[in-house]
Amino acid sequence: MTPSYSVEVENLTRQFGAFTAVDRISFQVRDGEIFGFLGANGAGKTTTIKMLCGLLLPTSGRGLVEGFDIFTQTDEIKNHIGYMSQKFSLYEDLTVFENLEFYGGIYGISGESFRRALAKATAFTGLKEQYRRMTHDIPLGWKQRLALTTSLLHQPKVLFLDEPTGGVDPISRREFWKLIYMLADEGTTVFVTTHYMDEAEYCNRLSIMHDGRIVAVGSPQELKKRYGKKTMEDVFVDLIREKIREQA
Amino acid sequence: MKPESGVKPRLFAILQKEFIHIFRDPRSLVIIFLWPILMVFMYGYAITFDIREIRLGLLDEDLSTASRDFVRDLTGSGYFRITQRFSSREGIEHGMLERRFTAALILPKDFGRDLRTVREVPVQLLVDGSNVTTATVAVNYLRSFYSLRTLELNAGTFRMPFSVEPRVWYNPDLKSAHFIVPGLVAVVMMMICALLTSVTLVRERETGTLEQILVSPIRPFEMVAGKVAPYILLALLDSAMVIVFSILVFHVPFRGNAAFLLAASLSYVYCALSIGVLISSRAKTQQVAMMAAMVMTFLPSFLLSGFIFPIASLPLVLQAVTYLVPARYFLVIIRSVMLKGVGMAALIKPFLFLLGFGTVVMAASVRRFKTNLED
Repeated sequence: MTPSYSVEVENLTRQFGAFTAVDRISFQVRDGEIFGFLGANGAGKTTTIKMLCGLLLPTSGRGLVEGFDIFTQTDEIKNHIGYMSQKFSLYEDLTVFENLEFYGGIYGISGESFRRALAKATAFTGLKEQYRRMTHDIPLGWKQRLALTTSLLHQPKVLFLDEPTGGVDPISRREFWKLIYMLADEGTTVFVTTHYMDEAEYCNRLSIMHDGRIVAVGSPQELKKRYGKKTMEDVFVDLIREKIREQA
Repeated sequence: MKPESGVKPRLFAILQKEFIHIFRDPRSLVIIFLWPILMVFMYGYAITFDIREIRLGLLDEDLSTASRDFVRDLTGSGYFRITQRFSSREGIEHGMLERRFTAALILPKDFGRDLRTVREVPVQLLVDGSNVTTATVAVNYLRSFYSLRTLELNAGTFRMPFSVEPRVWYNPDLKSAHFIVPGLVAVVMMMICALLTSVTLVRERETGTLEQILVSPIRPFEMVAGKVAPYILLALLDSAMVIVFSILVFHVPFRGNAAFLLAASLSYVYCALSIGVLISSRAKTQQVAMMAAMVMTFLPSFLLSGFIFPIASLPLVLQAVTYLVPARYFLVIIRSVMLKGVGMAALIKPFLFLLGFGTVVMAASVRRFKTNLED
């Protein structure tokens, strides 16, 4: 049974003490689409991703990733997802190749299967010339590619990218999005959070988050049409302004 | 359930990476390989209770044959060396303030005459009490020197009621190094297992790599085991190194069973690791972990274990605390094994304590570690 939705979430909530970081959100991500999570810092994007990756237990609600329950089947989920955090979780004192070897190793990929996985992952990201360099010596753009490659080695069905382009120069950012498109073409579902408006335009569909809630979901074209705006930036600014006015 | 076949390579990946971290970081190399050797030489040579050649200021007001003989015999023992002579009391205090000597001996004007007429002879010793150890030793040496001289002078007229013939077992020459250097094993192992493991675990969280590891199917147990195993190995290597040095350089005997000592060392390492994991489950930064490890492991192992300072001489409250210091038990074991050749049967209590302590703290810290990953 293959789900037609990669991710399905209903009334998902996470509280930290009295603070509600994610407040009853519901959405579906289709197989193989690029789904964006747009919102300001502190809107609840990272908390949502962590719940979907099995890093954080939700307080209430329901959620499935690749058909597995995010409350009870986190081990199965972990075998099917890739995750790249905003921090580029790499070991600076290891070479590029050693980082790859390590992240393959913790998925139980070694020897011949590692070489195959590496060839496949680097076919996208092209890291080969950097293998022997120390990770702290390579430019940020390469670190970002390395972080992406490490999360692709076990060929995940869904890839969660948490602000993957933070601090990276515009050219590297565009290059990175080309990679995301290539991955999606291969059938990988990409779930990406961002607060860059140009990146929002690249997504197949996106949801706009504010204060732990989803305030709108749709393709960039739909959203622009619905709110009568020319750019995603205008849609976003308008929506958030409206929400803030409602709250006041 | 996950197939068990995955366990081996996953654990292996963590192990391999940890070794790379250790061997690429000069700081950890220094702590693991240089620091223990430095400790052995520092403590083996520098910390010694066998104090010799105490510097002595002398004021001989009598200047008689008797007073000169007295001084010659005193310095002939090798415990005292005269560094300054005075002709009056003036300047003695100044000399002591400038630390030209730690004690000053004053022989009064009628020393020779009083000695002949066997009146009481008032010899004065002024001691610099700012160094308690040397002061105590100086006073004790001089006291026993007095008693000896008294006996010699009264020979024939005086019957000795007791005759004490002390015989010191296991360390007949009372060499401090025999007592101190094996104890270093306890301090070194605690340091490497608790300090380095807590820091390396906290570093994964601080840099965000822990999160990346936790989205993989790896289990927290494999992760922790893979990270601490290298330190177990290195800690045992270090203790072997310290023991070999203490045998070769300080001629400390090794009379007991090495296999039992290894078993005891493993249970001690287990205690140290449990403390390390406990610290890592609470500390947010590497600095905090390092400070916590210093306070929770290094200082107690040093001060509250009987390593240098006898537990019996501590205030009662601190004596009670020492029962919770693993080093206290390990010190008993290693000293007994090396110096006395005692076997497991006599040391079963401290051995069981170590196992118990490790198990209780490990259970608590693993639980802490798990819940901590959640938020």
